Amino acid sequence: MTDPYHPSPPPSPAPLPARARAAVAAVAAVNGTSRLLGRGSGTVIGGRAGLAVDPGLLTELGRGRRVAVVTGTNGKTTTTRLLAAALEGAGRTVVSNTTGANMPAGHVAALAADRRSAWAVLEVDEGYLPHLLVQTRPAVVVLLNLSRDQLDRIAEVRMLVDRWRAALSGLPGDTDCVVVANADDPMVVWAAREAPAVRWVGAGQVWHEDAVGCPSCGGRIAFSPDGDWSCGGCDFARPGRDAWVDGDDLVTAGGDRYPIALGLPGRFNVANAAMAAVAAPIAAGDAAMAAVAAPIAAGDVAADGAGDAAGDAAGVGLTPDGALRRMAAVDEVAGRFGSVIRAGRPVRLMLAKNPAGWTAIFDLLGEAGDGRPPTVLSVNARVADGLDTSWLWDVPFERLQGSSVVATGERCRDLAVRLRYAEVDHTTVEDPLRALDTAVARAGPGAPVEFLGNYTAFADLRGRL
Amino acid sequence: MSPGSAADLVVAVVHPDLLGTYGDGGNGIVLSRRAAWRGIGVELVQATSDRPLPTADLYCLGGGEDGPQVRAATTLREDGTLARAVAGGAVVLGVCAGFQLLGRSFPDRSGRPVEGLGLLDVTTAKGTGPRAVGELAAVPLPTGPLPAGVSAGGRPLPDLTGFENHGGVTTLGADATPLARVTAGVGNGDGSCTEGVWSERIVGTYLHGPVLARNPALADLLLGWATGTAPEPLDDTEELALRTERLAAVATGSRRTGRLRFTASRGR
Repeated sequence: MTDPYHPSPPPSPAPLPARARAAVAAVAAVNGTSRLLGRGSGTVIGGRAGLAVDPGLLTELGRGRRVAVVTGTNGKTTTTRLLAAALEGAGRTVVSNTTGANMPAGHVAALAADRRSAWAVLEVDEGYLPHLLVQTRPAVVVLLNLSRDQLDRIAEVRMLVDRWRAALSGLPGDTDCVVVANADDPMVVWAAREAPAVRWVGAGQVWHEDAVGCPSCGGRIAFSPDGDWSCGGCDFARPGRDAWVDGDDLVTAGGDRYPIALGLPGRFNVANAAMAAVAAPIAAGDAAMAAVAAPIAAGDVAADGAGDAAGDAAGVGLTPDGALRRMAAVDEVAGRFGSVIRAGRPVRLMLAKNPAGWTAIFDLLGEAGDGRPPTVLSVNARVADGLDTSWLWDVPFERLQGSSVVATGERCRDLAVRLRYAEVDHTTVEDPLRALDTAVARAGPGAPVEFLGNYTAFADLRGRL
Repeated sequence: MSPGSAADLVVAVVHPDLLGTYGDGGNGIVLSRRAAWRGIGVELVQATSDRPLPTADLYCLGGGEDGPQVRAATTLREDGTLARAVAGGAVVLGVCAGFQLLGRSFPDRSGRPVEGLGLLDVTTAKGTGPRAVGELAAVPLPTGPLPAGVSAGGRPLPDLTGFENHGGVTTLGADATPLARVTAGVGNGDGSCTEGVWSERIVGTYLHGPVLARNPALADLLLGWATGTAPEPLDDTEELALRTERLAAVATGSRRTGRLRFTASRGR
């Protein structure tokens, strides 16, 4: 581990070898052509072209930078955004795959488009974490949670978690890599506890449905109401936490208490912010090496807060508290949680991709009743969504009874059948924009409308507004 | 009616904490709603693995991961309630992992055979090819479960539609009758081009979706077995729209009948 009194020099992107330079040119050319042809921003297609020219391109583009990777089933994009905001606010130059393209082609495209920024915050698809560990040698790995999602593509939770575990336990003993892991999710703990250095954060985990069977002995894991858990058959249990969420505060084992005041709604975003806040000082590196070397409870760097004024290129020390304050300005993430006005009605746009995500959003919508806004639910089942819609039956749609619901999206018929059996009054309108206008017409003048879609359904509607 | 319950019909979702990965708990929802809509007093029980399995008229077992599947099989065998209930005439629907563990044996994560409950004469082994993942369509066989007057309105079971996601190959023994012939997808994968089995009052299938949401006629068949009378028809307009869409999607899609994927690669 680095000596805190002789911190390593600030990161700086390394010059590229000839082949990587050619590959970067290919990324730019393909993405430029794609944009010219109106085929979208072309992020992924350019990244693929670059990797075809130089399969080692991701390693080359990451070399010299201080990399943070964020993965998990839910909250990846938001946590990535919050972590990047914290670092940027503390004077770091940050490159990030902000569009949600979270596989290597997306990482390559983002890093190729920004060759200057010395810090990289990368959202990573769960299945690609082992690949990213090898390719980018990150300084910090944030593991949020693991639950069922896209079972036809990503694989079952236990298959995935064993791949994470193998990759993390294979990190060299002298690595600087610190894993920031959610101690409240047994699957995450199973993967992370083999890593050389871990900060355990009690970020909460509402969804326990995939974690009852102990990954260690096959026994049964029991959860207490306060989130603590242990296996009845072996000694696998929640590890001692370095920090945890208590109400709207982040509390450290050392007794510090930092308020989490966000521009984003929902308990799940408080959890995301807590994870980002613990990761931020580690990701910041250099001047904050004291915070890297010891658990955060052991002491923060006092210089925090001066960074905004100083504008020092090397940045200043970043504490969890300072990180949280810099996250407060984030009020939407890639359009999620944002609002648009449609026929004079504010429409809140929300994304949820899997049962845990939809359940969390239902918590946010509040209790059903006459006062609840008309709600549009949109479901697609493309490759990026998962081809199997069975997960709809794990979502407690019964909680929408009494609401005015419009079902839409390419798989609106699956949704309609689910709503029928949940005994939720609904209308089915296949076209998402027409569905939205149906709900808007039902809302009173100026009254709000909620839109909730899964991955490509959300992107489709955003693209048409 | 089950002792200990005031309901006319008790539907139990078996070990949703272990066999709840693939949304198959929806089968319990479909059965209980379709019973309730016909005025049958129904109780839906989520029978988690931490307590003895309750007595029920209709048991639903769903898909799950390898480790939890072994645990469910062990727990159910030691508990003994399911085997006793079947002997007493209870109806059972097993899907995917829940289908496999009703058989004689199934593979654990490493491929070693684990003893099943032996309620179906089938044996499952680990396939040598890639997992069977995708839409599955199958035409019910004439030997299928069609006792007169029991399926809704006495009509034959229509085509089955669902989504499969499994790495197991299930071979049928002499006492198991295949449920349907595969027209798209893999199904049992043993080279017989069949999907699922049935025996007495047990149906096993690889169909998720959940299967009873996609195939309400199969739900009514199970309800008919459990109640002893053919259920009256319901307005299934929305289910029909979904079925039409899904069956059309596999008819035009590229997914071939995939039996070769498993059979041809075996022995290599």
